[in-house]
Amino acid sequence: MNLDYSGDIMTLNMGPQHPSMHGVLRLELKTDGEVVVEAIPHIGYLHRCFEKHAENIEYPGVVPFTDRMDYVAAMNMELGYVLAVEKLMGIQVNDRVRYIRIIMAELNRIASHLVAAGTYGLDLGSWTPFLHCFRDREKILDFFEETCGARLLYNYNWIGGLMFDLPEGLERRIIEFLDYFEPLVEDLNRLLSYNYIFIKRTASVGIIPPEVAVSYGITGPNLRGSGIKFDVRRNEPYLGYEEFDFEVPVGKGEFGPVGSCYDRYMVRIWEVLQSCRIIRQAIAKLPPGDVHATIPKRVKPPVGEVYMRTECPRGELGYYIVSDGTSKPYRVKVKSPCFTVMSGFREYSRGAMIADIVAIVGSVDIVLVELDR
Amino acid sequence: MESIRDLLELIPYTTALPVWVQAILPPAVSAVILFLFVAVLAMFAIWLERKVAAHMQDRLGPMYVGGWHGWAQSIADTIKLLLKEDIVPAAADKALFKAAPAIVFIPSFAAFVVLPFGISSIVADLNIGVLYLFAVASLTVVGILMAGWASNNKYSLFGGMRSAAQIVSYEIPAALSVMPVIIIVGSLSMQQIVRAQTGGIQNWFVFRNPFTFLAFFLYFICSLAEVNRTPFDIPEAESELVAGYHTEYSGMRFAFFFLAEYSNMFLVAGIATTLFLGGWSQVLPAQWVPKQLIPGPILFFLKALSLVFVQIWLRWTLPRLRVDQLMYLCWKVMLPLALVLVLGAGLLAVW
Amino acid sequence: MTPREIEALLKERFGDRIPESRLDGLCSWSLVDPAAILEVARFVHDDEKLKMDHLELLGGVDYKDRIEVVYVVNSLTYHHRYTLKCRLPRDNPRIRTVESVWKVANWHEREAYDMFGIIFEGHSDLRRILCPDDWEGYPLRKDYTFPGKYHDMPV
Repeated sequence: MNLDYSGDIMTLNMGPQHPSMHGVLRLELKTDGEVVVEAIPHIGYLHRCFEKHAENIEYPGVVPFTDRMDYVAAMNMELGYVLAVEKLMGIQVNDRVRYIRIIMAELNRIASHLVAAGTYGLDLGSWTPFLHCFRDREKILDFFEETCGARLLYNYNWIGGLMFDLPEGLERRIIEFLDYFEPLVEDLNRLLSYNYIFIKRTASVGIIPPEVAVSYGITGPNLRGSGIKFDVRRNEPYLGYEEFDFEVPVGKGEFGPVGSCYDRYMVRIWEVLQSCRIIRQAIAKLPPGDVHATIPKRVKPPVGEVYMRTECPRGELGYYIVSDGTSKPYRVKVKSPCFTVMSGFREYSRGAMIADIVAIVGSVDIVLVELDR
Repeated sequence: MESIRDLLELIPYTTALPVWVQAILPPAVSAVILFLFVAVLAMFAIWLERKVAAHMQDRLGPMYVGGWHGWAQSIADTIKLLLKEDIVPAAADKALFKAAPAIVFIPSFAAFVVLPFGISSIVADLNIGVLYLFAVASLTVVGILMAGWASNNKYSLFGGMRSAAQIVSYEIPAALSVMPVIIIVGSLSMQQIVRAQTGGIQNWFVFRNPFTFLAFFLYFICSLAEVNRTPFDIPEAESELVAGYHTEYSGMRFAFFFLAEYSNMFLVAGIATTLFLGGWSQVLPAQWVPKQLIPGPILFFLKALSLVFVQIWLRWTLPRLRVDQLMYLCWKVMLPLALVLVLGAGLLAVW
Repeated sequence: MTPREIEALLKERFGDRIPESRLDGLCSWSLVDPAAILEVARFVHDDEKLKMDHLELLGGVDYKDRIEVVYVVNSLTYHHRYTLKCRLPRDNPRIRTVESVWKVANWHEREAYDMFGIIFEGHSDLRRILCPDDWEGYPLRKDYTFPGKYHDMPV
């Protein structure tokens, strides 16, 4: 597309208060009519000083704060932190804890991807898939509520163990839910993913070529949407993900160039099915055990530093923790997947139309609290 | 209007009134009746839309207000909107801002004048009915553009611009797709068009010949674009332009936009019914049922409401198009198709 | 490649500009001379055996006597990961930007500037990113005192 515009440029501030900015993202759009010459993201409206907070709280107390970073996938957020501290302290949890953590993380991944897919439909003007997705997400949240009493901010993964064991019969109900849910993904595909207008709106929009994706450190479904097969669960396994049989879906570029909004969206849909597979395997193998067995009395890691990365629904979540031997972390630095993906926004949104900007922001699936921390 | 005039004459002493009052009374009464009718219809359409949407989305929708399935929800909403503070932005162009909702609403209201609800239930059977419809309906765009400009909000401006471009473009295929019908009937009068379709479903223009059959769908799609319904709702695209041209409106003025939108929905459904689905005429063929059993107005409503239902159905199913795709569809698909239909229908009529 | 091999490769290429390394299972790192960071970054990014094309994390740590800049780099080709560190003086910390190697460094460096006041020389757009533009001080420094007010508003 020719970007040499001679017409008058109008600045349009999209956000921080805008229905489809997924929170309080502000985009400064330089528009020429409907075409956006440049989109400059401005972040920080939701900066809550997580890293500063963490330096002043004891290790276990940080867990609820990690929940509040990505409230859509809180299980995964706390999982990353807990694993990092456990790695620093050298705690080996037993198999039951591992498996329950995997079940919870994957259920949360399904819930998060459902929100992503649903709100993506909403961004493109399709309401019904949104409510269908939320209907099923509610069922997953019910499981979380049964397990730990909270629906969004769990504080369920503790350092060295879990808050509670699974309630009676939850495994069976999760399997029942999966039996009910898996066919519904096909429903969603028929309603939204293979809709002609939806494909038209997404298939050749917001293309992130692989080299751009790598250079901007884009991770997770967004990276895989660009055709690069990299998943921390597969390539640097934690929690014993290597014991599970699952595939890493990548964008295929079915209806346009690889790396389009459509590819990123479809990767999420396919990942939901893979998560279902992992949960089924984990439940089948779930061993007995005590989930409180390895919880340390006092969390006081030795002097040192650790970098732990996990695959959270929005991409690779890294915790870099420096310990000075006291009961409070000396420094906690979060590698936020949304932060890196937004850093490249200016590049891959250039020359799009206003409606496409909404489609692109929706397709990279950001949560602003995690972006701003 | 004739029947209203007759009715008024039944009231004693009307002939004693001054001549100008006598002249103005029947149109005024018709206008009041029509206004109430349009308002109730729009409220019903809003309620219907919410219920249909809710059931499509696995929820219940309004359930409490009024008792049975929240039937009074729209009334409550209207009262709420009327009681709300009327905010005019400080930087707005005040005169235009205040006039815009009226200018949007009046054309859709005025267009109802030529809609034949029944054999005698029509305010004015103009001999240029269809032309009048298109002329009046195209006025709406002025109001929308005014609203978009006067709000002094970039999103509103975008909404107004998009809407103007869209409505003006889609008017052309919409008007052309009506041509096959007019060619067959040879009249622009709405009543004449309905009369040409009496005698059962096989006489409806939608089933008359392949050209009118296609023309029906073409008209329906264009009418969706003209009333800014999904998948053509880009002027008020919530996720892009917040609320488009009515972003800055509140209370009563917003209610007018809302009312206009839903009355427009019924209006285009009514036009499609009149032109293609036989208007108030009966469904069953005259050979089987020689006399019309169901009163015309009821039939008309049933037909029009089923089209309204389709509009709602589409809205809650489809995503919306992008501006350039919308224009592509209009100028490169709909317009050539419409021209072919006119040509075909014309040839068929001559032959 | 294992961290040991990566460290050996770096040591071989850069000699005493890699003054210190620590290799453990948690987070293997090498200290890099701040003056050489751009060169090292380009090397780990371009080298055929390393190909560390993914900058995972760039952040500062305030150690009261010095400020460290931490670069966690990762290869999407070979799936290995390594950490580079630079020690900077606490007053006037300055270092070359690695924006030209990994584009994502642009925002990461802005964040490090915002939180620690590290000046990245040659950065194209070094502004605050998370805090407001007129915020005073560098919040993640250990001696930072929280201001009671911002524009006369209590915070």
